[in-house]
Amino acid sequence: MTRLDRLKPLDWTVHPPYLHEPYRSTVSRSPRQRLVPLPQTLSELTGPVYGDGDVEPLDSDLTRNAVRNGEPIGERIIVVGRVLDDDGRPIPNALVEIWQANAAGRYIHKNEVHDAPLDPNFTGAGRCLTNAQGEYRFVTIRPGAYPWGNHDNAWRPAHIHLSIFGRNFLQRLVTQMYFPGDPLLPLDPIYNGVPEEARQRLISQYAHDVTEPAWALGFRFDVVLRGSQATPFESEGGS
Amino acid sequence: MPRQTPSQTIGPFFSFSLVAGGENVLIDERSSGERILVEGRVLDGAGEPIADALVEIWQADSNGIFKHLADPRHEDADPFFAGFGRSATDEDGRYWFRTIKPGPVPTEDGQQQAPHINVTVFARGMPIQAITRIYFADETANERDPVLASIADPQRQQTLIARREQSADGIARYCLDIVLQGEHETVFFDA
Ligand SMILES: [Fe+3]
Repeated sequence: MTRLDRLKPLDWTVHPPYLHEPYRSTVSRSPRQRLVPLPQTLSELTGPVYGDGDVEPLDSDLTRNAVRNGEPIGERIIVVGRVLDDDGRPIPNALVEIWQANAAGRYIHKNEVHDAPLDPNFTGAGRCLTNAQGEYRFVTIRPGAYPWGNHDNAWRPAHIHLSIFGRNFLQRLVTQMYFPGDPLLPLDPIYNGVPEEARQRLISQYAHDVTEPAWALGFRFDVVLRGSQATPFESEGGS
Repeated sequence: MPRQTPSQTIGPFFSFSLVAGGENVLIDERSSGERILVEGRVLDGAGEPIADALVEIWQADSNGIFKHLADPRHEDADPFFAGFGRSATDEDGRYWFRTIKPGPVPTEDGQQQAPHINVTVFARGMPIQAITRIYFADETANERDPVLASIADPQRQQTLIARREQSADGIARYCLDIVLQGEHETVFFDA
């Protein structure tokens, strides 16, 4: 069979370790044995393939995809970004799924206990595919901070959860996007589990070119997945 | 060069976005191959079931073919087999998939890997996913599988091998718990 294009290793200088004691649930849920090296075979270098039939246009507009009797409450925002690999190549047809709390910091979930109102017109769930340039775009409501039980007076900074499928099983990434200037960030053990020099890349940037007049603020958040071990051909980066 | 985006935990509240229902059934009546049920629990270091984990699987079809361009045989892949599935664990920490038994998967140097399922585990309390594999106890090819052979401790090898049980409806059931930590910790991989 033809030679497989292998991926660079996971960069453990940016990813959080399994065990980060200030995030208490990691204590009993972190593997402790050394990871076993796994060759990158056909099983790892393939993965689910998505196409236009898998998403509806409305899926990426969270201000409209759950409307029952009016508009969702809160500050409308537009979140855009690109899905790339760490060679700088865009990844088209990447499935991006998101979920988030509403403006009051409340999720729709049976285990949610936060005493904040649900929004009848907002579920906080969306999905889209990246286009040929690797770009995605969501319209949503700026999520609220919410309390959690990790420690006394613990609050999660406002965030949007993202789940991304790249080209194969090994590029799979689940992460969270935060907002610039959030005073809760330095107090959050989930954010702080990431090595310090890499934390910044979890924070979206305010993007005035994305902001739409008299309608919604724009934020930009690029997502970078593991790239190829082989040096990309120069022609691939050409115009 | 841009650097990789750090992983963050999936948290406890993913299901209303990621799990509409039915994502853990990879087959319909047209899929070819032996229909099987794969199930087990996800357990923490104290042996407690994890009720808010998400288990994703990716596997070849019954002929060992992936529906993906990297597989030179992809045009022959079963069009009625999904290959990918996802199961949120229930209150008892249980995941399950209705799928088919995958065929052996070739390696680049012309060897064969024993039939297996690639598995990704996400959960609250896991800042990054863990990846593992499920093999099948009744496959003699396990003895020659290069990945299993790379695990020196035979007891640790066993953490990847699902035992076969017959279910009431005649469909083979393969059972394997995924243990995140402790004496019976599952082998997790770095690929
Ligand atoms: Fe959250």
